Amino acid sequence: MSNAEITRTPLDSAALFKTAFLAVVAVFVLVPLLATLLGGFKSLGELRVNPFGLPRQWEWQNYADILFSGRYWQLLRNSLIISTLTVILTLITASMAAFTFAHVKFYGSSMLLSYLTLGLLFPAATAVLPLFIKVRDLGLLDTYFGVALPQVAFSLAMSVLLLRRFFKDIPHELLEAALVDGCSYIKFFRYVTLPLSRPILATVGTITFVNSWNAYLLPLVMLNTDALYPWPLGIMIYQGEYSSEWHLILAFITLTILPTIILFLLAQKHIVAGLTAGAVKG
Amino acid sequence: MTVARRIAIVSAMGVAGETVPQAAIRGPSWDGRFTVLILFLPPALLLFTLFVVLPIGEAAWYSGFNWNGFGKPTNWIGFDNYRFVLETRAFWLALRNNGLIIAVSLAVQLPLALTLALMLAERFRGAVALRMLFFMPYILAEIATGLIFSFVYDGDYGLVASIWRTFGAEPPHLLASTDTAMLAVLIVIVWKYFGFHMMLFIAALQSLDKSLIEAARIDGATRSQALRHVVIPLLYPTIRLSVFFAIVGSLQLFDLVMPLTRGGPADSSNTMVSFLYNNGISRMRVGYGSAIGVILFVICVTFAFTYKRWFMRDE
Repeated sequence: MSNAEITRTPLDSAALFKTAFLAVVAVFVLVPLLATLLGGFKSLGELRVNPFGLPRQWEWQNYADILFSGRYWQLLRNSLIISTLTVILTLITASMAAFTFAHVKFYGSSMLLSYLTLGLLFPAATAVLPLFIKVRDLGLLDTYFGVALPQVAFSLAMSVLLLRRFFKDIPHELLEAALVDGCSYIKFFRYVTLPLSRPILATVGTITFVNSWNAYLLPLVMLNTDALYPWPLGIMIYQGEYSSEWHLILAFITLTILPTIILFLLAQKHIVAGLTAGAVKG
Repeated sequence: MTVARRIAIVSAMGVAGETVPQAAIRGPSWDGRFTVLILFLPPALLLFTLFVVLPIGEAAWYSGFNWNGFGKPTNWIGFDNYRFVLETRAFWLALRNNGLIIAVSLAVQLPLALTLALMLAERFRGAVALRMLFFMPYILAEIATGLIFSFVYDGDYGLVASIWRTFGAEPPHLLASTDTAMLAVLIVIVWKYFGFHMMLFIAALQSLDKSLIEAARIDGATRSQALRHVVIPLLYPTIRLSVFFAIVGSLQLFDLVMPLTRGGPADSSNTMVSFLYNNGISRMRVGYGSAIGVILFVICVTFAFTYKRWFMRDE
C-alpha cells in the first residue's frame, strides 16, 4: 500500500504539472472570448469596474438592439452572398481542372499544374493595386463579383491540388470501363467522380467558405458602398462610430463571430481535416 | 457498395447512349479528351491568369511609374520607386517587425504548440475538447480577433487595465505606445495561431509508427529519452512545415494589425502588408505601392524556393 503510493508520487506530479499547464493555456484562450461575450451584457459603467465577472445586471438590450437592426442582417447577408459565390465558383472551376489533371493525359499537363500552384507562393496582397485596377477596368468595382472572382482565383491553387489528389484515387479502370461503354469524360465526371468525392468537396468548400467569410483586404479595396460591405468591413465601421462604447462593440463582435463558431462546431471534422491536411500538402 | 452502384449506372448510361458501337471500337478517343481539355481547363486557367498572374506582372510594370491610378501611366521614373521604398524608415521597421513575428513564432509559439500536441495526442477525457478549444482562435476572423484584443488592451475599460488597477497602478495604454504596441500584437499572434500548429503536430503524432517508440522503451530508454531521440526526430518534417507556415503567415499578416494599431503609433507595429496598405493603397500611389508589392513578392518567392530546396528536399 505505502509502496504503491511511493511509486505513484512522481507520476502524479507529472500529471499535476500537465493539468496545470493545460488549465493555464485554456484560461489564456477562453478569458478574452468569455469577456467579450459577457461584456456585451453589461452597461458601459459596469464594464469599467467589472470587465471579468458575470454581469450584475444583464443588459439584454445591447444584443436585442443589434439583432433588431437591419444593419447586422445586411452585413451577414452580404458576407453570405460573397462567400457562397466564391465557394460555388471555386468548386466548379477547381473540380473541372482537377479532374482533367487527374484523368486526362495531355502534353504540358504537369507544366500547367505547376503554373497553377504558383498561386501558393505569394499572398494576394502583393499585387492588390494592379488587381484593383484590373477589377475597375472590367467594370466589377463595387460589385459582389469584384470580390468573389479574385478570391476564387487565389483559392484555386490549393483547391485543385487537394481535389486532384482525391480524384487520382478513383480507380482508373473504372474510367476506362466507362469510356469503353461509351460514357463520355464529362458524364463520368458528373455521375461518378463528383458523387464519389463528396467528402473532399465538403472539405474544400468549407476551407474556401471560412477564408472568404473572414476576408478583409479584398473587400476593403474592391467595395465602396456601405450597402455591399461584408461583416469584417462593417464591424470596423461600427467600431469607428461607437469608438469607446465597448459594451455595444463587444455585443456586435459576439454576434458576428457566432456564425463562425456554430459552423465550426457543426463541421469541425471538415475544417480541421481541411485546414491541416490542406496545409500539409501545400 | 456505392462504387458498384455507380458502375451499374455508368453501364446503364452506356447502353442507353447512341454512340456505343463507335466508342467501343475507338476506346478513350482523342475527341473525348479534346472536349474535356477545351471545356474543363480554361475557366480555372483564365481566372488564375487574369487575377493572379497578370497583376503580378503589371505590378512590376507599374512600379516604374509615378502614377495615381487614373488615366494611363505616363510618368516613367525607372527605379525611383524602389529607391523611395528603401529610403523609408517605416519600410525597415516593417521588415524588422516581420522578423520579430518569425522569431516569436519559432521561440514561443512552436515549442508551445509542440508541448500541447504531445500532451493532447494521448487519449484522455477532455483531450478532444481541449484540442478544439485551442484550435478555435485559428478559425475566428483576424478582424474580430484584433477587435477583441483591442478591448483586452484598452487602457480604460480593458482586462489588462483592470488587472493593473487591482494592484493600484495607473493602467497603461499598451497599443498607443511605440514601446509596447508591437509586443501587444505579438501576444495576439501567439494566441491566434498556436492552435493551428498544435493540430499539425497532433496529426503527425497520430500517424507515427508506435512500434518505434515501444522498441526504444523496451531497450531501456526512459520516457524523456524516447521523446528526445525518437519522437522529436520523427517529427522533423512536420516541424519544418510548421516553420514554413509561420514564416509565410508572417509575410501575409495584415487583418490582425488593422483593428489593433493600424500599424502605428509612428509605424512601430507595421507589417510588410500593412505598410503596403498605409503607404500605397490608401493613398492610391500605384507606382510606389506596386514597388512594395514587388519587393514582398520577391521575398516570398525567394524564401519559398530556398526553404524548399534546403529543408524540404525529401518531401
